[in-house]
Amino acid sequence: MTHSVPFLPVISADGHPLTAAQIEQNFSDLHPCLTDLQAMAESNRCLYCYDAPCVTACPTSIDIPGFIRRISTGNPDGAARTILSSNILGGTCARVCPTEVLCQQACVRNRAEDAPVEIGRLQRYAVDHLLDNTAAAYPFARAAETGRRVAVVGAGPAGLACAHALAVNGHSVTIFEARPKPGGLNEYGLAAYKMTGDFARREVDFVLAVGGIQIEYGRALGTDLTLDVLRQDYDAVFLGIGLGDTNALGLVGEDKAGVVDAIDFIAGLRQSEDLAGYCSAASVVVIGGGNTAIDAAVQAKRLGAEEVTLVYRRGPQQMGATAYEQDLAATNGVVVRHWAKPVEIKGNGHVEGLVFERTRLDGGRLTETGRRFEISADLVLKAIGQSLAPAALSGLTLKGGKIVVDETGQTTLPGVYAGGDCIASGQDLTVQAVEDGKRAAKAIHAALSASQR
Amino acid sequence: MADLSCTIAGIPSLNPFWLASAPPTDKKVNVTRAFRAGWGGVVWKTLGIDPPVVNVSSRYGVHHDTNRQALGINNIELISDRPLAVNLQEIRECRAEFPDHVIIGSMMAPIEERAWKELAVRIAEAGVHGLELNLGCPHGMCERGMGSAIGQVPEMVEQVTRWVKQAVGIPVFTKLTPNITNILWSAEAAKRGGADAVSLINTVNSIVSVDLDAMAPTPVVDGKGTHGGYCGSAVKPIALNMVAEIARNPFTADLEISGIGGITTWRDAAEFIALGANGVQVCTAAMLYGFRVVEDMADGLSQWMDEKGLTSLSQLHRMAVPNVVNWNDLNMAYDVKARINPDLCIECGRCYIACEDTSHQAITMTDLGNGRKRLEVIDDECVGCNLCSITCPVPDCITFDRVDAGTESVTWPDHPLNPQRLVAAE
Ligand SMILES: Cc1cc2nc3c(=O)[nH]c(=O)nc-3n(C[C@H](O)[C@H](O)[C@H](O)COP(=O)(O)OP(=O)(O)OC[C@H]3O[C@@H](n4cnc5c(N)ncnc54)[C@H](O)[C@@H]3O)c2cc1C
Ligand SMILES: Cc1cc2nc3c(=O)[nH]c(=O)nc-3n(C[C@H](O)[C@H](O)[C@H](O)COP(=O)(O)O)c2cc1C
Ligand code: SF4
Ligand code: SF4
Ligand code: SF4
Repeated sequence: MTHSVPFLPVISADGHPLTAAQIEQNFSDLHPCLTDLQAMAESNRCLYCYDAPCVTACPTSIDIPGFIRRISTGNPDGAARTILSSNILGGTCARVCPTEVLCQQACVRNRAEDAPVEIGRLQRYAVDHLLDNTAAAYPFARAAETGRRVAVVGAGPAGLACAHALAVNGHSVTIFEARPKPGGLNEYGLAAYKMTGDFARREVDFVLAVGGIQIEYGRALGTDLTLDVLRQDYDAVFLGIGLGDTNALGLVGEDKAGVVDAIDFIAGLRQSEDLAGYCSAASVVVIGGGNTAIDAAVQAKRLGAEEVTLVYRRGPQQMGATAYEQDLAATNGVVVRHWAKPVEIKGNGHVEGLVFERTRLDGGRLTETGRRFEISADLVLKAIGQSLAPAALSGLTLKGGKIVVDETGQTTLPGVYAGGDCIASGQDLTVQAVEDGKRAAKAIHAALSASQR
Repeated sequence: MADLSCTIAGIPSLNPFWLASAPPTDKKVNVTRAFRAGWGGVVWKTLGIDPPVVNVSSRYGVHHDTNRQALGINNIELISDRPLAVNLQEIRECRAEFPDHVIIGSMMAPIEERAWKELAVRIAEAGVHGLELNLGCPHGMCERGMGSAIGQVPEMVEQVTRWVKQAVGIPVFTKLTPNITNILWSAEAAKRGGADAVSLINTVNSIVSVDLDAMAPTPVVDGKGTHGGYCGSAVKPIALNMVAEIARNPFTADLEISGIGGITTWRDAAEFIALGANGVQVCTAAMLYGFRVVEDMADGLSQWMDEKGLTSLSQLHRMAVPNVVNWNDLNMAYDVKARINPDLCIECGRCYIACEDTSHQAITMTDLGNGRKRLEVIDDECVGCNLCSITCPVPDCITFDRVDAGTESVTWPDHPLNPQRLVAAE
C-alpha cells in the first residue's frame, strides 16, 4: 500500500522565526495526489467487492469498487464520473473525509491485513485527473429547463450539492450566500494543508459549470432576506446555512485581545495572502477537542508558533477528533493536555495566560478537582463548538439547536428543506452535507415534478 | 537438502535448470553470467547458416495485467544475428571455462539434408554436449521455410531429426512447436527420427496487444506489427498439457523431455518434472528478472523435496503421470461441496457474486446487521465447480469436502445416464 509521508512541520533551524518559504512548505499538501504508479498499485489492491462494505460506509454511497476498477484499467476520468455522480464534491471529500472512520474503516482489506485500500487518495487521484483534463467533456448534461425556481440559502457543501442536483434536473437555482465567496467551510474552514491550491474555488466553478445556478453574494437570510419572501418567490427553498455561531467559554476576560474563535483564526488563515505575516504568536493555547481544535492547533504550529498546547476537558476517547487527527496533532508537536478546563483568563488588555482546573469523571459527570495550573499564552483559540444562528429561522422547529427535518430533508415548513451542519443528520462532515443536499434535491425534484404549475 | 543433479538425454547436469535458446544465451557474456548465477546448462541461441539474419528494432510485446505484471511476452526476433564462427568460438571458450556446465547447440536450417548435416557437424565440433533442433520459431523464420514451417509437418520433423542423428554422435533434442493441432504427431515423428529427447514448448503464435493509437499489433515497427512468439507464465498451462500428453502416450513415454514454457518458480519446475520432464528450460523468467531467479528455483525445489521426503529428482520424475487420464476415466461418483471458513473469510462477496451470476446460485450472503456478513454454501446447489475458491482472495478460505461415500466409482462409459451405454447394452 502507499503510506503517506509523515507530515512533519519545519522547525526553525536557528531559533529565529520561520521564513516565508518554510511556512509555505508547512502548508503544502497533507496527502499529495497519488502518482500514476502509486494509483496503479493501490487500485490493484481493491478486491472489487460485491455489496462492498465501503460503499455502505460512505455517506454518499459512492460506487467505490466501480471507480477503483476504472482507475486500475486506465480509465481515471470514468472513475471520476462514477464518483461525482454520487458526490459532486468528491474532490473535497477525497481531501478531507475522515476515511479512517468512514469508507476505509469498512474496507475488507482491514480484516486480514489491517491495511485498507486508500480509497480517499484514489478518489482524489481520479477527480483531480478529470478536473485537470481540459479536453474532458463536462460529465453532467442538464435536463430541459422545467421553469421551476428553487432558492438555496448558503453556498456551502450542502447548498452546492443540492443546487447541482436540481440544476441537472432542469430547475433554475438561485443561491443566496452571506459571504463574498462560495464554498462555505470548504473555502473558510477546512485546514489549509488539506485544501491547497485554491481547490475549493476550482471545485465550485466545476459545480456551477452545469449551468442553471446563480449565486447572489452578500445576501444573508435574516438580514435582507426572509423565509416568507423566499417561499413566495420560489417553488421550493433549501437551507444549507451551516452553523453560524460559536460557543463562548463564559469566562471573565473573554473579550481580551488575543482570545479569538478558532473558526475565525482559520478563516483568516485560509483567506490570507501572506501566511508569514498572518500570526506572530509564540505561545498558543487551543481549547476544545474536535476537528476544529486540532486543525487550529496544527496550523498554529505550522505557522511557526513555539508552543502550542491543546487543552481538552475530557480524555482522548471523548474527543470529537478521530485518532488519526489526534496523532496528527501529536506528530506536529502540539502538546495535548486532557482533563482540564479553563477557569481564568489572565492579562491586561491582551491575554497573557490561562488558568486551568483539572477535571475528572465522577459517576459519569465531569467534576472539578480544585487543582489548578497555568499556561502562558499570547493567543487563545476557542474551539468548543458551533451553533446555529437562530435569527432568521422563525417558523421552523428546532431541536437540540438544529433544524428538524423529515427523512426527505423537509423541515416542518412545507416546501422548505434543510441539510448539512444546520440539521442533525449525522456527523458534521462535508460528505454528510453533500448527502443531505442530494437527498433534499431528490425530494424537491419529486415534489416539483408531481405538483401542478 | 535433496540432490538436484540429474541426467537429461544421457547428459549429466548439476541441476535441472537450463536457460532456453533465446537472448539469455545469445553470447559468451550472458552464458558466463548465467553459469556463475547457478544455471546448470544453457541451450545456446539458435545458430543458422551464414550470413547471419538481421533483426528489426522494436522486438518484444507484452500482455500485462492491470498491475503491470507481465503475464506473457512475445517477440519477433529471429535466430542469432551474429556470424556462426563467432558463436562457435565463444561456445568453445565457455566449454573450457565451465567444464561442469552443459551447453547445447541450437540450430535451424532450410529443409535440405546437406544444410542440416553440415551445420550440425560444425556445431558439434565446437564441443557442445548435444544439439537442439529449432523447429518452432513461429514468426519470421517460418516465412523462410524454417522453424515452425518444419515443425508443423510431422514428416519433416522426422526427416530433419534423422538427418542430424545420422550426422553427429551426440544427443539430439528435437524442439517442438505448440502451434499444431496435436503435439503427439510431432513428438512421435521426432521419436521415429531417432531423437534422444524432445524440448517443448517453443513460443505460441500470438498478437499480444494492439496499440490503439498506432492501430497496429505490438511490437509496432514503423506503424506495422506482425504475429510473434508468446511465452512466459501465461503459456505454462499449454506446455504442461503437451508434456503430459507425450509422457503418457505409450509410443513416446520413454522419450526424454526437456520441459519449457512459462517456468518461473520452483513450483512450476516441480510440476513439469512430475508430469514427465527430465529437466526444464527457462527463458522469459530470466528475461524479466535476471539470472538470479535460479537461486530460489533451486532452493525452493530442494526445500520442497525435503518436505516430501524425496531425495532425488528421479523420484519426482513422472510422479503425476499415472494420474493424468482421459475425461472418460474420471470417477463420476466423486462429489465435493465448497466450504467457506468464516474465520478466514473477509466478506468481500466475490464468491457470492461469481456463483450467483455465473455458476449455480449456491452461495448465500447474509447481512448480520452489525456490518458483518456470513457466506454459506447451499450443498444441494453446489456442483463443486471450484469457481468460488478461484475468485476468493484469501488462500485456503474456501476448501472442498468430499460428500460421497468414497466407495463407489463409476466412469461415464458405465454411467446410467450415458445414452451410448444404454444403446450398447441393448
Ligand atoms: C475548522 C473546521 C474543520 C473541519 N474539518 C473537516 C474535515 O476535515 N472533514 C470534514 O468532513 N468536515 C470538516 N469540517 C466540517 C465541515 O466543514 C462541515 O460539516 C461542512 O462544511 C458543512 O457544510 P454546510 O453546507 O452544512 O455548511 P457550511 O460549510 O458552513 O456552509 C454554510 C454556508 O452558508 C452560508 N450562510 C450561513 N448563514 C447564512 C445566512 N443566514 N444567509 C445566507 N448564507 C448563510 C455560509 O456563509 C456558508 O457559505 C470542519 C469544520 C470546521 C469548522
Ligand atoms: C526473445 C526470444 C527469442 C527466442 N529465440 C529463440 C530461438 O532462437 N530459438 C529457440 O529455440 N527458441 C527461442 N525462443 C523460445 C524460448 O527458447 C522458449 O522456448 C520460450 O520462450 C518458452 O519458454 P519461457 O516461457 O520460459 O520463455 C525465444 C524466446 C524469446 C522470448
Ligand atoms: S471494501 Fe476495500 S477492497 Fe472491497 S471494494 Fe471497498 S475498497 Fe475495494
Ligand atoms: S533493454 Fe531497453 S535499453 Fe536495453 S537494448 Fe532493449 S530497449 Fe535498449
Ligand atoms: S470470496 Fe472468500 S473472502 Fe470473499 S466472501 Fe467469499 S469466502 Fe469470503
